[in-house]
Amino acid sequence: MIPSSSQILMPVRMSTIIGSFVLALFLNYLPWRDLRLVPDFVALVLAFWCVRQPRLVGLGVGWSLGLLADAGNGVLLGQHALAYSLLAFLSVWLSRRILWFGTMLQSLHIALILLVTQAAVLVVRLGAGDAFPGWPLVVGPLGGALLWPVVTWLLLLPQRRNDREPAI
Amino acid sequence: MDHTPPPFFKRGPAPLVRLFFFASLSVALLVIDARFRYVDGLRTWLALAAYPIQRAATWPIDVATTIGGYFSTQANLIQENERLRAQVLANMQDAQRYHALQTETAELKRLIGAAEKSEVQTTPAEILYLARDPYAHKVFIDRGSVHGIRPGSPVTDDTGVVGQVTRVHALLSEVTLLSNPDQAIPVEVVRNGLRAVAFGGGVSGMLELRYMGANVEVQNGDKLVTSGIDGTYPPGLAVATVVRVERDLERSFARVICQPLAGIDRGRYVLVLNNEAGRPPRPEETQAKERRADKTRRSKARDKQGPEKGGDDSQ
Repeated sequence: MIPSSSQILMPVRMSTIIGSFVLALFLNYLPWRDLRLVPDFVALVLAFWCVRQPRLVGLGVGWSLGLLADAGNGVLLGQHALAYSLLAFLSVWLSRRILWFGTMLQSLHIALILLVTQAAVLVVRLGAGDAFPGWPLVVGPLGGALLWPVVTWLLLLPQRRNDREPAI
Repeated sequence: MDHTPPPFFKRGPAPLVRLFFFASLSVALLVIDARFRYVDGLRTWLALAAYPIQRAATWPIDVATTIGGYFSTQANLIQENERLRAQVLANMQDAQRYHALQTETAELKRLIGAAEKSEVQTTPAEILYLARDPYAHKVFIDRGSVHGIRPGSPVTDDTGVVGQVTRVHALLSEVTLLSNPDQAIPVEVVRNGLRAVAFGGGVSGMLELRYMGANVEVQNGDKLVTSGIDGTYPPGLAVATVVRVERDLERSFARVICQPLAGIDRGRYVLVLNNEAGRPPRPEETQAKERRADKTRRSKARDKQGPEKGGDDSQ
């Protein structure tokens, strides 16, 4: 099996990383109907960059994004920061292993990572005295994992060497 | 044996150490925010930084509405116009009766010398987005301290109370919905004037009247309005309809479940009521002191009387 990291890619540009995070925040802030069923796009993009570029994007970026998410959503300051730090750590830690697998098997790893992240938020919220919001809570992370191939394809577009001009 | 890598491979502290650092930083922030509220300044700045993205995120919906409006057919428009005209007629009738009743009430109040109720100022606002947090039951509106929104103001839509402003940033503010389990609203039953407090039911989106005796006179379909006793919500705003009353003989309280009238999880436009003027003044610090002094004086007096009237307690 050829590791999916063996494709020769162009070096990543900083603007791609920042742009993808802004886009993810934008998607998160869309007025969704039931938030439990919507994947956390910021977490997904963060996991992607931590897996692909563990030396550029890591815990510090995750923590800062988490603070931004906390303030923007009006929840306890530090809740998403904690969850995203954990996510960044797991992604960086597992990045070499994950990249060895094909996209579908990568999704399974990502599902686990996103579920652990969601569990961290759940623990914080239950600790703060909130009620359990029901099992649909796991739909979001699983949906996020299903989106992983799409995210991989989209975010690697600017780095692909093609004869054609890249779409983005 | 030295296992440390040469300096050009150095990548900073180990990931586990970093995780520990950031996790403890987060936990410290959590505790400070939950217990002491010291970081509200930081939160306001972060919210301001996130504002452009939040604002942009409402743009697709606006575009969709505009395009939808462009393609709406003439028949639809005529139908809607007719419906609106009928509604305006009905509303006009109600409004006329309201004005007549208002003058009558004012006269009656003047007769009995009650305080004149001040007019409630309102600020229309648009819901920007829901908080990305299924636990929270909060929405964000596009009016903030710049527009004169104050924390604690009630928020309504065209059908009833939606919630209450809980945090105000510069350009937007946070509204806690009635369905939030920590949110309580004083209500009264329209049919018989029975007072109660409605609490948010959490995920179900329902409200619950707590601490109602098992024999309380509440029926299915009873309308609940704000009683205005707390001084925060003006009296008479529609809140909910009772949908289920469970009387369990084993418990001393009845379980009363109500369906909120306002679209607390739908709708886009809300009204923020500025009820500041109608609020009674806070009890002064001096009053509290006086009361305390009074209490100690009384207890001293009792101590003095105690030995002389020792037999009072037994009677």
